[in-house]
Amino acid sequence: MVTVDADVTAAPTSRTPGREAGGPTPGRVLAWACLVVIILITLFPFYWMLRTALSNGTTLATAGSSWLPVDFTWGAFRRVLGLATLEEAQAEGGTGSAVDFWVYLRNSVLVAGLITAGQVFFGALAAYAFARMRWPGRDLVFFVLLTALMVPPIFTQLPNFLLMRDLGLVNTYAGLVLPFFFMTPFAVFFLRQFFLGISREIEEAARLDGAGHVRTFFRIIVPMSWGPITTLALLQYVQAWNEYFWPLLVGSERSVRTLTVALGVFRAQTPQGNPDWPGLMAATLIAALPVLLLFIAFGRKIVDSIGFSGIK
Amino acid sequence: MTTTAVPAAGAPASGAPAIARRASSNRETWVALGFILPTVFGFVVFYLWPSLRGLGLSLTDYQFFSDTSFVGLANYQRLLTDETFWNAMLVTVWYVVLNIGFQTVLAVLLAVLLHRLTRSVVIRGLVLLPYLVANVVVALLWFWMLDAQIGIVNQVLSWFGIGPISFFGSESWAIPTIAFVNTWRHLGYTALLIFAGLVMIPRTLYEAGRVDGASEWQMFWRITLPLLRPVLALVLVITVVGSFQVFDTVAVTTMGGPADASRVIQYYIFDLAFERLDYGYASAVSVVLLVILSVIAFVQLRLMRANESDLA
Repeated sequence: MVTVDADVTAAPTSRTPGREAGGPTPGRVLAWACLVVIILITLFPFYWMLRTALSNGTTLATAGSSWLPVDFTWGAFRRVLGLATLEEAQAEGGTGSAVDFWVYLRNSVLVAGLITAGQVFFGALAAYAFARMRWPGRDLVFFVLLTALMVPPIFTQLPNFLLMRDLGLVNTYAGLVLPFFFMTPFAVFFLRQFFLGISREIEEAARLDGAGHVRTFFRIIVPMSWGPITTLALLQYVQAWNEYFWPLLVGSERSVRTLTVALGVFRAQTPQGNPDWPGLMAATLIAALPVLLLFIAFGRKIVDSIGFSGIK
Repeated sequence: MTTTAVPAAGAPASGAPAIARRASSNRETWVALGFILPTVFGFVVFYLWPSLRGLGLSLTDYQFFSDTSFVGLANYQRLLTDETFWNAMLVTVWYVVLNIGFQTVLAVLLAVLLHRLTRSVVIRGLVLLPYLVANVVVALLWFWMLDAQIGIVNQVLSWFGIGPISFFGSESWAIPTIAFVNTWRHLGYTALLIFAGLVMIPRTLYEAGRVDGASEWQMFWRITLPLLRPVLALVLVITVVGSFQVFDTVAVTTMGGPADASRVIQYYIFDLAFERLDYGYASAVSVVLLVILSVIAFVQLRLMRANESDLA
């Protein structure tokens, strides 16, 4: 169906055909200038988020274009994390209403973690069966699973909401996690590609030693595929962490509200006239932080996997 | 088992391996079923069944709290004269056109720049950064930067004597603004998909082009772009299908306003189902969205297949 078979683990073989030994030509200078502008436009908003988060809400409006934080303060972070007193918060333009940030953080960690664990584990099992085992109807089943990639999420999410309601799972962790827990066609497709590339001899050697499929899978295939499995886990974690629509439907209650939903609520509650911008930016920064940290730690893996994930 | 015509005396000897093989392939089938069971369960319960149920619901007047009855195609008839629906369609198409326009042109430019200038994973990582952050975070960030009073963008525009522009608050700006914000988020991702396509173009073609005295510009139009067509088609399928489902940004910033100017189709479905509790009708609209996206995907994948030979 889709033919992007790029090897994700291999470093991209990006030879740069335009790279010449000669010095800078006007064209190259112009090209670099373009690239630098794009990168600046990409990164500047992140700086602005930080700069605003470190500003004082009451004086921010007086220096809208100051490149540095206005009236530097950690106050916005303190009130988002629930460390500031009511007076402190109000003195810096916050509302003083509790944000329950730690609850939302816990919910996001838990929900994204469970979804990732389920998708990767069950995805790996299924991918192995599709790649390395022979059974009747295998290719047909695989094709049917892949068609699920084309179905727009909203189409299944309306009825899935009713299912969760009928099961009494609205506003529970189970309700947030279950629809994503058992499968995503992407995980199956992604890992199958790697399992297809593993040499038969390794399995046959294991077979001779008396290992069955289950043992071969856990003892040999999984350890061998640790790279792609981590990459998949990263991609799915980031996606689950960022998900908004489904948690909005089934996780609106405070006790199970995730960070993305909380940010939406936070925004909706800020007064129209004078929103607590530093507070909002501190909250968005903290909500983005786990992904930024994963990015710093595993940036290369994530970047290398993009050519592959084109099937998404 | 084709070796059945064996002498009676030889039967035990040559029959045994066959039986053993059949038994082992039977066992393999059972193990395989065990491996794919969770995935198939997830597919049936959270993809297949909801899809059928969604189709069924679209033929009813389901409204959560009142009796439900079968209404046949009434919901679809209602669509034909529902001005809000047609407006939502129009708004969505306008958004898709703008978003795809910005995104494709910029992404090709960025991908070519990356490909020609540098093999740095760090730079590729930097342009990908916005893609890893949640839609909600991106929406809030730009909501602040584009604020009509003290947002930095309007501050900068005022230095040039422009504005202030109420980016999210005016009917004509709302959709272009949302298209721009989502372009900012997706640009790096799309560029890296195209970059993966560029890497596959054989270097020798450029060398041959250079020998023939082709300029960079000519090589781009004569070599790069034609060979990129299949990848571009795939990227277009992904981005068109994705941008038809824009929701998060709208939900966080404009909530469909002002005056329906940004009420995109997915937000309309959400609104119908969960604000107006008109679930049956919302299901019908989501079926229409499914059909539209399927047609787009089908047509574009066919186009891609027609062009596949280019890279062979």
